[in-house]
Amino acid sequence: MSGGHGGTGEILTALGTVHDPELDEPITDLGFVTEAARTGAHVQVKLRLPTYFCAPNFAYLMVADAHDAVRKVPGVASVEIRLEDHFAAEEINAGVAAQSGFAGTFPGLATEELAHLRETFRRKAYLAALERLCRTLPPTADLPALTLADLPPSAQLTALLDRRRALGLPTAPGAPLLLDEQGAPLPPDRLRFAQAVRVSIEGNAGWCRGLLATRYGPAQPAATSP
Amino acid sequence: MYEKDGERYFVVDGHIHFWDGSPANQANRYGKGFIECFYDYHRNLSPEEWLWPLEKFAKPTEADLMHDLFETGYVDKAIFQPTYLTDFYVNGFNTTEQDGAVAERHPGKFIVNGSFDPRDEKAGLDKLAELADRWQLQGVKLYTAEWRGDSKGWKLSDPWAYRYLEKCQELGIKNVHVHKGPTIYPLNRDAFDVADVDDAATAFPDLRFIVEHVGLPRLEDFCWIATQEPNVYGGLAVAMPFIHTRPRYFAQIIGELLYWLDEDRLLFSSDYAIWQPKWLVEQFVDFQIPEDMQAEYGVLTPDIKRKILGLNAARLYDIEVPAEVPAARLAAA
Repeated sequence: MSGGHGGTGEILTALGTVHDPELDEPITDLGFVTEAARTGAHVQVKLRLPTYFCAPNFAYLMVADAHDAVRKVPGVASVEIRLEDHFAAEEINAGVAAQSGFAGTFPGLATEELAHLRETFRRKAYLAALERLCRTLPPTADLPALTLADLPPSAQLTALLDRRRALGLPTAPGAPLLLDEQGAPLPPDRLRFAQAVRVSIEGNAGWCRGLLATRYGPAQPAATSP
Repeated sequence: MYEKDGERYFVVDGHIHFWDGSPANQANRYGKGFIECFYDYHRNLSPEEWLWPLEKFAKPTEADLMHDLFETGYVDKAIFQPTYLTDFYVNGFNTTEQDGAVAERHPGKFIVNGSFDPRDEKAGLDKLAELADRWQLQGVKLYTAEWRGDSKGWKLSDPWAYRYLEKCQELGIKNVHVHKGPTIYPLNRDAFDVADVDDAATAFPDLRFIVEHVGLPRLEDFCWIATQEPNVYGGLAVAMPFIHTRPRYFAQIIGELLYWLDEDRLLFSSDYAIWQPKWLVEQFVDFQIPEDMQAEYGVLTPDIKRKILGLNAARLYDIEVPAEVPAARLAAA
């Protein structure tokens, strides 16, 4: 693979920016990408999911996001994303290829696009990230008094900042740590709820990984063609 | 009845099936996909010695059912939760009538729950009344992701759903089991969201809403509504088997549930034939919250386990509990 544009490494990197909105993890880490092949300016990607009946709205978001992410790679002119082994694969693949939008892909079954759904799960992901960070702090920490500047660098802090940016929430050093998913001060009992959100998301991710392994066998890295 | 270390546990399996997912009954690729999805659940979370071949799993026999629940599974009473799926299976996946026929052959062992679909509108109301009369219904099981022609599901807050819940009250059906699935109308919404259960529970305070699978994959949303609605309960089907493969996650689920709800509103279920009550009951009775998590979640006492395994469901379904079970300590509930 030569330098510059053209390698499948860049394609996988682009796909690594696509998250399962429900599990808040990259689709590449989750084992959902089975193939990323580049032929000149054309890229073909194959995706798979843990079950035949995974919710079609989340499946659509991942296929559409994968399409957009790969399309942005320099030198790529056309992209085909193929979701496989899913009850709505045919509709989703055709809808994304034709840029029909979600409502256009499922005529009569959807009332709007998926912006609201995506936002709901970004908020959940943010709450989980906040609670995950707070757990790393000493039990004696006066959480309501802390600002982002008071926190040592950590993977949890980076994750929190990413999720704040996705929601347009403050990331400046002086911003309070305890902000809720709307940007308002977070009451202590909401931090306990954030724990339930984290347990839920982490549990679901574990369950989905397990089901994927049961369905397709032990994890293997995404296959790439030269 | 299960006995261990001098403690007796009365066991009500709150969610079981007697289904036919075999190829002969599959109407289309969705029927095939549905049973295969269940089979992956079975394969993923069962101990190895409990794994069945797909052919057996797709259509367990009545002899399997009786053996696995009552001869070896410690179950004292089991509650049939029908799942019609008539768009996927020629004769339906698991209807009230199919369950009822088994129950009548084995008196005293089963409780037969019915079902309704608000998309049947007026005609379905009469059908529900007939079903209630024929099977003496105390409960219904609702699957909001059920496909019906072009429709991919419904919500409990739909106007016709309220007409059906009113009918339930009128017919003396008190227990409404709600199972969320991956689709709903409109498809752009989160189909697993349980907000509609919140609305219905507020509107019908005399009905009990048992959210199956404790809202998984939306455990947090379920906990949030159950904290606010005293008539919302959690069915532990699908949550239980994590006890084997992922005990720390199971501890977190149970810990969160006990934090947000209380020990009186959780119901043990195997989801037979996806999982088997024998190993679930044995492992649950032996289970304890790991030590490093006890400061956060506390511990599970025999009394808590007794309530979850049977006494809570016995209360909802007026099931007589044998005198040798220390049910008296339940009196506070």
